[in-house]
Amino acid sequence: MYDQKKIIILNEKIKKIKELFYELEIDSGSFPALNRNTKRALASLKMIEFNISDLIEFDLI
Amino acid sequence: MKEQPFWNPVLETMTREKLKHLQFKKFKRILNWAYTHSKFHKALYKKVGLTPDDISSFDDIKKIPKVEKSMMRGIQNKDPFPYGDALCVPLEEVSTYRQTSGTTGQPVYQPDTWQDWEWWSECWSFVLWAQGYRPKDRVFIPFGYNIFVAFWAGHYAAEKLGCEVVPGGVLDTQSRILKIKELNATAMMATPTYILRMADVAKNKMGINPSELSINKITCAGEPGAGIPSTKKRMEDAWGAKVFDHSGATEIGAWSYECGEQPCGMHVNEAMFLVEIEDIETGKIIEEPGRKGKMIITALDRIAQPCIRFDSKDVIEWDSEVCTCGRSFRLIKGGVIGRADDITKVKGVLLSPAAIEEVVRSIAGLGDEFEIIVDKQGDVDRIKLKVELVPDVSRQDVEPVLIDQLRLKTNLGYRIEYYDYGSLPRYEVKANRFKDLRKKY
Repeated sequence: MYDQKKIIILNEKIKKIKELFYELEIDSGSFPALNRNTKRALASLKMIEFNISDLIEFDLI
Repeated sequence: MKEQPFWNPVLETMTREKLKHLQFKKFKRILNWAYTHSKFHKALYKKVGLTPDDISSFDDIKKIPKVEKSMMRGIQNKDPFPYGDALCVPLEEVSTYRQTSGTTGQPVYQPDTWQDWEWWSECWSFVLWAQGYRPKDRVFIPFGYNIFVAFWAGHYAAEKLGCEVVPGGVLDTQSRILKIKELNATAMMATPTYILRMADVAKNKMGINPSELSINKITCAGEPGAGIPSTKKRMEDAWGAKVFDHSGATEIGAWSYECGEQPCGMHVNEAMFLVEIEDIETGKIIEEPGRKGKMIITALDRIAQPCIRFDSKDVIEWDSEVCTCGRSFRLIKGGVIGRADDITKVKGVLLSPAAIEEVVRSIAGLGDEFEIIVDKQGDVDRIKLKVELVPDVSRQDVEPVLIDQLRLKTNLGYRIEYYDYGSLPRYEVKANRFKDLRKKY
């Protein structure tokens, strides 16, 4: 279930979400509710990166 | 569908070789981060002529200077106030303040960003999932939510897992027991001292048998008790629940945990931390099982105030056994055995307060509380052990086995004083049962 292919696909999805959140953050300048919630979402996303994306970044899969 | 036993089924079952590779890569990442963003770390490494580029293999890691708590004290109370030069992020990115308890001196301030706080609860999620916490659990947390990190991250992790959390903050002990009863709470987190204290109050002041309440699992932290077999047994018998050990610290994070197999030890979360064990006398790194040393630890993902090769003073040893749970994370035998500060020579013999606790709590005729006082008469060390007799038990009932077991487990003789049940001090959080008065001379 957690083979190389699956992890690679998961990581691609994580990267897409991250890009979208970064775009939201850039767009959120004078919109505190968007800005602060986006920052929090990015912090949560970092935990998914530690759990999944690091496997790719460090050639473990 | 079979329930997933691992919080992260990839990381927790990775081969040892891959884990080591992961740790090295993550070590390099956090080292680079600290070198680039912390004036304190950069100066520390420059002093010995090292840059992150000099660390090219796992063996090179030990070249990196250790950090002691006293060094953190020395740089704090300065700008960026109050954290000083180890702060790696702009002050406005710090979202959470905590501090150490100050039992060994001036407290150390601990800043965390929101990402760090997410990381804290992520580390605790490994702990709680391994110990069987699931969304159906109602978790009661009887601790004073305050400036000490204690069970804060356990609270957040339990929420993340989907549990229902009941914060038992400023309630007194009896109110907490009544709330557990009222809500049918299924799990609890507290220090071993307080778990036993709650059981004592329930039984002897409220006429409630805690084992008839609905608690089925307890996570302990803050003291070694849940790793000491006789103390663990007392807690499990009193509450009719599984008791699990866990270890963490304000400056480090939640770095180890006992799994559902209860292997008489704790797994180091080696995906998030690098643990090294250093021989207390030679300073050399101990790789093999069975030799005690002090823990040098790196939190591999914590960014606001990095924890890199921190000299924790916790005494641990690697276990030779591989856990049957399937995790490849190494076990430390018996959990944290004690503090290097507390393990001291008495009459030329190494004395560990945890060994005395194991003896006292293994004797049914003795109460939970005890006190150890070491002093000197002239040039001769003396150890006084104060114990409580439970009602209807006499000194003659327990003394032969107590003296015998103390001699067997610690190789030392004691002056033993017996007290009525309930006379020795009771503690609500962490206990202070060991006093070395020789340090005053």
